[in-house]
Amino acid sequence: MSTLLTVNDLRVQFPTRTGVVDAVRGVSFTLGRERLGIVGESGSGKSQTGRAIMGLTPSHAKITAETLNFDGIDLLKVSAAERRSLRGNRIAMILQDPKYSLNPVMSIGRQIVETLRTHEKVSRSEARKRALDMLAAVQIRDPERVFDLHPHEVSGGMGQRAMIAMMLITGPELLIADEPTSALDVTVQLDVLAILDNLVRDRGMGLIFISHDLRLVSSFCDRVIVMYAGRIVEEIAAKDLHNAKHPYTQGLLNCMPKIGADTHPLPVLDRKPEWAA
Amino acid sequence: MTTSPSKALVVDKLEVTFDRFRALRGVSLDVMPGESFGLVGESGSGKSTLLRAIAGLAPTTRGSITVNGKLLGKSRTKAFYREVQMVFQDPYGSLHPRQTVDRLLLEPLAVHGFADIEKRILRALDEVGLGSSFRFRYSHQLSGGQRQRVAIARALILEPSILLLDEPTSALDASVQAEVLNLLEQIRRDRKLTFLMVSHDLAVVTHMCDRLMVMQNGAEVERLSADDLAAHKVTQAYTRNLLVASEGFVRPDIPAA
Repeated sequence: MSTLLTVNDLRVQFPTRTGVVDAVRGVSFTLGRERLGIVGESGSGKSQTGRAIMGLTPSHAKITAETLNFDGIDLLKVSAAERRSLRGNRIAMILQDPKYSLNPVMSIGRQIVETLRTHEKVSRSEARKRALDMLAAVQIRDPERVFDLHPHEVSGGMGQRAMIAMMLITGPELLIADEPTSALDVTVQLDVLAILDNLVRDRGMGLIFISHDLRLVSSFCDRVIVMYAGRIVEEIAAKDLHNAKHPYTQGLLNCMPKIGADTHPLPVLDRKPEWAA
Repeated sequence: MTTSPSKALVVDKLEVTFDRFRALRGVSLDVMPGESFGLVGESGSGKSTLLRAIAGLAPTTRGSITVNGKLLGKSRTKAFYREVQMVFQDPYGSLHPRQTVDRLLLEPLAVHGFADIEKRILRALDEVGLGSSFRFRYSHQLSGGQRQRVAIARALILEPSILLLDEPTSALDASVQAEVLNLLEQIRRDRKLTFLMVSHDLAVVTHMCDRLMVMQNGAEVERLSADDLAAHKVTQAYTRNLLVASEGFVRPDIPAA
């Protein structure tokens, strides 16, 4: 499997009034054309890892890495313009809540067309046709109608499909999905995952799936990285997750209530200072 | 056969209409004292509306609600709020950003004219596992789990007999969720409270509740015990779908092209 992304010793620091906050502290991994899950609690640095790869870290933050290489391109050395041409084109990102990540005053169709025409020279009619095809590909039943709707006129599941359509229209090679289904109902969640799964398989994309839901990630991804306090504490094949060795991973798995398991009280995480060391 | 005076909460054919939208279409349920009853469903199923209607936060157009044998009228009395308190989903939105924890906890005591305020505030904080050091902090100085503990303390401080819980842990990390669920279970045991709990998470509801009702489109789909649900003894296809969905993603077997 060819390596698409190499991350070596990635660090993200935020200077604040009370000192430097280390959000990501030396994260290393490689990604091929596969589904990689990044799991952790809020504040573990999983989203900042995704944003650093995407180039969306706020400008006052400091990013350092030995290697941050996407398909032979050193992401830390390239100019802002080159970075911009990669972003949304070869690297795309799906955010958590379509209510906030879509432009509220622009129709869904226009937003998708805008993305496409930013990166490719296509005619208006051609762009419209491709946007409609993409909406159909994410299993929106009536693309013509949805094309002209505004984000507030569609449900959460529909909005997230539109978001996926917008991100995939340029045919990216790397897709970063940051909690793409957390704002959705369980049944809709699975529909959206099924769509993502098909697209990743058919187009041979690399997918980074960032989530706090260990169970969901383990059922969806090939490989899982578990983060705690800005570091990777464990990397494990998703199917071996129940044999996780690190006490933090085990703790995360055990503290979730399970249907049919009668554990009262639920085991809670006993955080050890050495995990963050 | 009815022993309704002994029931903590009886809801009978309740309807809630917003403008012309019927959010609740004749929902009935009854909860025994000390019982924990769950409401499950997707967004828009009316589960939160039912909770809010009981608390007097949604307009009821038909049907009745009886709490501890007393039929509720259009408006809620002060006595009602001493019996019934609510914990909301989002601890970031349900605590006043410019009030200290002390002030937040003082408010209900002052409204209801309690005397031994000092003692009650300290005890309430202690009960939810926050020390007295949290007393003069603002909510933005607290983590999500700590905030939800403050919200629970605020609900408990009037010593209600019924607690309405609207997705109390869905905004929290799994590890923090476990702590808050354990806390809720413990106070229910200690104070013999009655819970009516809304969640979209079947696992959370079966963990916390003895019986539950599955809702869809403002109506009941099925009422069953947590044990039946765990044993997959469900009669409705909708419930079965929810149950399958809660087990995670299943990759369909597709032969390699």
